Amino acid sequence: MADSAATDLLLETPLAGLHRELGAKMVPFAGYSMPVQYPLGVLSEHNWTRASAGLFDVSHMGQAVLVGPDHATTARALEALTPGEFQALALGRIRYTLLTTAEGGIIDDLMVTRPVDPAEDGRLYLVVNAGRKAIDYAHIAANLPADVRLEVADDLALVALQGPKAAEVLARHSTDSATMGFMTAIRTVVDGHDCHVSRSGYTGEDGYEISVAADRAEALVRTLLAEPEVEAIGLGARDSLRLEAGLCLYGHDIDEATSPGEADLGFAIAKRRRAEGGFPGAGRILSELAAGPARVRVGIKPQGRAPAREGTVIRDAAGVEIGIVTSGGFGPTAGGPVAMGYVPAECAAIGTPLTLVVRGKDLAASVVALPFVPHRYFRKQA
Amino acid sequence: MTVYFTKDHEWVRLEGDAAYVGITDYAQAQLGDVVYVELPEVGKTFAKGDEAAVVESVKAASDVYAPVSGLVIAVNSKLPDSPSTINEAAETDGWFMKLTLTEPDELQGLLDEAAYKAFVDTL
Repeated sequence: MADSAATDLLLETPLAGLHRELGAKMVPFAGYSMPVQYPLGVLSEHNWTRASAGLFDVSHMGQAVLVGPDHATTARALEALTPGEFQALALGRIRYTLLTTAEGGIIDDLMVTRPVDPAEDGRLYLVVNAGRKAIDYAHIAANLPADVRLEVADDLALVALQGPKAAEVLARHSTDSATMGFMTAIRTVVDGHDCHVSRSGYTGEDGYEISVAADRAEALVRTLLAEPEVEAIGLGARDSLRLEAGLCLYGHDIDEATSPGEADLGFAIAKRRRAEGGFPGAGRILSELAAGPARVRVGIKPQGRAPAREGTVIRDAAGVEIGIVTSGGFGPTAGGPVAMGYVPAECAAIGTPLTLVVRGKDLAASVVALPFVPHRYFRKQA
Repeated sequence: MTVYFTKDHEWVRLEGDAAYVGITDYAQAQLGDVVYVELPEVGKTFAKGDEAAVVESVKAASDVYAPVSGLVIAVNSKLPDSPSTINEAAETDGWFMKLTLTEPDELQGLLDEAAYKAFVDTL
């Protein structure tokens, strides 16, 4: 997601009125007026999500559908733009993937779902970053074969219910959500509303993303917020949660100048695609996977309490500038400052000492394994 | 006891020829949960408007400016270990530093409580 400067013409999500009623502090984000926090505050909202269940409005994100004559055709069309494996994607399964440039940079990161209902054969659902919608849609539409088209679903809202109690809460309103595996999706009725429910998220916790008709979103959210385990959570806590989970934020940790290998997103390059290539930037991306990139995204733990924010210069032990922090702040669950940034491959080993330049002062730090807080995604019992 | 305010949301509370300095309750509410405070060293001197301290919430860092010129004679050493004091008691226990004023006339350029309240109401 990319930040956007304040403009006079901010868009609103279908939940904007509810956010104001709840006392949210609204800020411009990616062209939308979005809740950065509610009266609970960022710190408590973060902790609440880790301990119970947080409800996030992510309706600013782009929802769209690739529509083709059959699954193989649509999957091939998407594979021409991404390094993912979609031909073999099973019904009801979700994949994280990347739109890549011919130079191997990242246009956007996105979630792709193959609907579970065979009647929807030939459709793939996309969720893209709010700040990249226009760019993504133009890029995809310009590169589709004649028999596949992109339909933007701007009549849908998207909310995320995240946290260890998300499953038991949602189970009260939907009969079949509790048994879903992680990174799967179903169409189901939640409290009388037709929804597309994905078991996925951006916090490192178990949880769901629920796509619902814009005019049903407020009623659905009011129902979920009425549950004692659920609080509304703003973008501030969403950012600290995803940072602790080691997840990339587009426009900060990844962009068109960073490659999947540099960003340590090699898992998004499917095995068959590594062998076959045939996606934009394959030459650079595959050679970096084989030989290792010259620089790489790592977790960085500053010593002491001072957070190192985005843009902080990273120096090596000899004082030479070697990189930059791309996301950084205070991790409430980690109990101190946490950061991610890019360093040369030779400085990327866990434990490598680094120096961060914060307000002109040298701050000792070291490379640490990501995530800062272990993921607690739902794993189905075999 | 006289308290002055700035449009940058600092307060100055006079006690004899020294003054306690902190950020206002309005400022702490805008910042949100404070997680880190960087205080100046005792013995440092500031001109009015100098960056004197740093206060960081989960989301962002903010500078605290010296509302008047002065010499730092004490800092609130409890703050770095319990930065949430600033959220709980911004205008009392959450003080940042104590200054000896070097240009006391500068106080005349600051806001009194009523003027500061009126200013905040316009924000």
